[in-house]
Amino acid sequence: MSVARFWRKIPQRYNLIGTVCKTCGRHFFPPRSFCPDCRRSGDVVEYKFKGTGVVVTHTIIRTASDQFEDLTPYALAIVQLDEGPRITAQIVCPPEDVKIGMRVKGTFRRIAADGASGVIYYGTKYVPDE
Amino acid sequence: MREVAVIGISCTPFGEKWGCSFRDLFVEAGSLALDDANLSGEDIDAMYVGNMSAGRFIEQEHIGALIADYSGLSTRHIPSTRVEAACASGGLSFRQAVIAVASGMEDIVVAAGVEKMTDVGTGASVDALAGAADREWEGFVGATFPGLYAMIATDYMSRYPLTREQLAQVAVKNHYNGARNPIAQFQQEITIDTVLRSSLVADPLRLFDCSPITDGAAAVIVAPLDRAREFTDTPIRVLASEQASDTITLHDRRDISTLDATVAAGQRAFKTARITPKEIDLVEVHDCFTIAEICAIEDLGFCKKGEAGKLTADGVTALNGDLPVNTSGGLKACGHPVGATGIKQVYEIVTQLRGEAKGRQIDGAKIGMTHNVGGTGATVAVHILGV
Ligand SMILES: [Zn+2]
Repeated sequence: MSVARFWRKIPQRYNLIGTVCKTCGRHFFPPRSFCPDCRRSGDVVEYKFKGTGVVVTHTIIRTASDQFEDLTPYALAIVQLDEGPRITAQIVCPPEDVKIGMRVKGTFRRIAADGASGVIYYGTKYVPDE
Repeated sequence: MREVAVIGISCTPFGEKWGCSFRDLFVEAGSLALDDANLSGEDIDAMYVGNMSAGRFIEQEHIGALIADYSGLSTRHIPSTRVEAACASGGLSFRQAVIAVASGMEDIVVAAGVEKMTDVGTGASVDALAGAADREWEGFVGATFPGLYAMIATDYMSRYPLTREQLAQVAVKNHYNGARNPIAQFQQEITIDTVLRSSLVADPLRLFDCSPITDGAAAVIVAPLDRAREFTDTPIRVLASEQASDTITLHDRRDISTLDATVAAGQRAFKTARITPKEIDLVEVHDCFTIAEICAIEDLGFCKKGEAGKLTADGVTALNGDLPVNTSGGLKACGHPVGATGIKQVYEIVTQLRGEAKGRQIDGAKIGMTHNVGGTGATVAVHILGV
């Protein structure tokens, strides 16, 4: 991924900045500036997510693309954030320990190194939240 | 709208074709389809070609013109259009050809699909295929394509009574069919043990739950039904051509284990064709992974959610069952050259409805269905074909 393409999404990737519609209360991550439910009567503003949620489903990735091969095996999950939106994320713990319904919280981590550009990408991974 | 018929079909053998280039593949498929319809290039009014990622696999774009040129049609300047919807590119290519003929804009139209995947290494092809999902919010965090389907399987198995052995039976059944299909990439039968002993790719999916990396091309020719008998004694009618979309990411779906785009396209197709699932004699579904075939059987309405595993284990979807699924061997055993798959599905159904499927023939087959998925279900194309 190009540096500019990554850099544009830094607020969302590093700090979980999304949006919320003040009219209906629906949260959006990644952020949307237009509420599909309220349309023109929507009032969408920036929102910083708490970064806590629950594992909806998961897997252990054992064969990955070149960028992620040195991380295998790693746990990947769909996490439902407490505000509602779902995201896909890595879970940092022994991969066999991840279970549906497990509570997790976001943490700032290295995501991948791009071999070609030498750039190291950071973002949010999740850890068990006991 | 005019009624449309398939008048010619062809498919190259699928496999890792080190000696064949991208151009070799589609020229072979195209010329054989013309032969099958007793046509010359002079008769072709337009072409559509399904191709997912020639840019990533062979660093070549502008596939529409390239194919028309190497098919010997450049001097006739026919319109030739590439269609892309990841793994559903072929299904959409066929649908565009059907629409062109149905609308009256064109008469004789080629719908092709082609993918040359083995000119790059495994890591590069895994990454190219990950482009079928959301690069920024799935691929970026380390989601692979098998990983996303694995998360469907985890969700499904936590909610419905699907056993690991029933899932493996999907692959066993499809390899049995592939062993009876001369164009299939895998010509050998396997056992449940073969699947369960293969290496884990993304838990719970193992290597034999996954469709392979494949080179191949397929082409079919469509024409107005009222002209079809000029070209063939066995025209096959297109009874429905439907397409649906859904969220690009798996995590934004209403239900992780239901492909709502499959449900929508399937329901529309049955309505258009004015038939019910019971009237379908055989179906080619998009089994990029074993779990995908389980979901497809249910989401198309052939049984209730949670029942397809037992149906498979009971042999209902086998060659001699009440609802043969993936008589070609499916993506699993016939192979999955992504852009060509949707056209190969039409090729298989037409072959069956003509009664030309030899060792895997479904006797008396009158109505068949194809189901082609892009990504994890963001695009679905469904077609119903009948004699
Ligand atoms: Zn709203």
